[in-house]
Amino acid sequence: MIYLELFLTFFKIGLFTFGGGYAMLPLVQAEVATLGWLDEATLVNFVAISESTPGPFAINLATFVGTQVGGILGAVCATVGVILPSFIVILIVAKVYDKFRKSRAVMGVMEGLKPATVGLIAAAVISVGQTALFPGGISLEALASPAIYISLAIFALMTVLAFKKVHPIIIVVISAVVGIGVGFALGL
Amino acid sequence: MQEEKKTIQPSEGDTTLGKITEAEAEQNPQTTVDAKKKKPKRDKRTLLQLFLTFFKIGLFTFGGGYAMIPIIQRETVEKRGWITEDDIVEILAIAESTPGPISVNTATFVGYRTWGVLGAFLATLGLVLPSFGIIFGLFFVYETFNELAVVRYAFWGIRAGVLALIVKAFWTMLRKCPRKVANYLIALVAFVLVAFVGINAVFVLLGSAIVGLVYSIIATKAMRKKEGKK
Repeated sequence: MIYLELFLTFFKIGLFTFGGGYAMLPLVQAEVATLGWLDEATLVNFVAISESTPGPFAINLATFVGTQVGGILGAVCATVGVILPSFIVILIVAKVYDKFRKSRAVMGVMEGLKPATVGLIAAAVISVGQTALFPGGISLEALASPAIYISLAIFALMTVLAFKKVHPIIIVVISAVVGIGVGFALGL
Repeated sequence: MQEEKKTIQPSEGDTTLGKITEAEAEQNPQTTVDAKKKKPKRDKRTLLQLFLTFFKIGLFTFGGGYAMIPIIQRETVEKRGWITEDDIVEILAIAESTPGPISVNTATFVGYRTWGVLGAFLATLGLVLPSFGIIFGLFFVYETFNELAVVRYAFWGIRAGVLALIVKAFWTMLRKCPRKVANYLIALVAFVLVAFVGINAVFVLLGSAIVGLVYSIIATKAMRKKEGKK
């Protein structure tokens, strides 16, 4: 039952997404990529699409994968799945939130989760780095092709821009323009 | 209430009801000690406004997360008065320590505070619908054109750009994390387990939550012992 599978997978993703954003990438890779719903390159493309369209990453991703796997009904199942954990937890917490915030247990759990999230983003750098720089795997052949050096140059330039607080959408657009220009010039 | 008129729904019913709410609010000034617990008026108009406000927030916020907070604050605190400035701080603290996207957590919380479970549902639905519609439409555009050379080249460049965005996000999160040896250790172990050992991130998160919990229990006990000695 593909709809139930979509719902459950995204329920799990929603339940384990703390702080949102890129920290969830390793989780998405583990859950979605291994099921064959989304290949690594599409996932990274999708991060860019999500950065350039309104709305939270988790919801955009759920809708996209849901549509791909099961059409509109799949999209609804995945999106409801990813939202439901937040929704339920917040409804519970909204009632007891003073207790919740001052709870030693909650603070302790968060103290463990925060640094783990940093580690997860670092892991995302490695996996996305492989996809962006070595799409065919690391080999001598890949190192001999100009593509990797141009990717590295784009990455270096965009990192400088990102640290100068240039808006992500601008970074996506510039990367696309450079990619198109170089791609046609070299016939990659 | 001047601002009320400038909002997206200039219908007469809106302003009239707005005035009624204001008049009633004046009759019942917030003399109670706990001003936070004040209940905004529960009418159908408020329900519709909850939906529309979060629809607007969902439609005009890119990137999600913290980018949404100033807009949520303007719409729900300054324009509508559904929640207070203090509530926003509370919501942020709660959203950070509960699962799910911060924007969804906030919509649910504000909706619940304003109109109970139905309000929470409509606010969340409003927030999600724009993303849902836009991505659903874009999916077919992507599927149709992603084989074209120009699109392939564009995404080839974009993937390198996305890598840069993630590096930046990593740096930001690292700097936000309190500088303690234990934190660096947890981050490093999580990184190695996920990136090189291939452990599912779910288990790493569960493990780190348990470590944090055990650590806090031990720290609390140690603190109590110290206090006991004094």
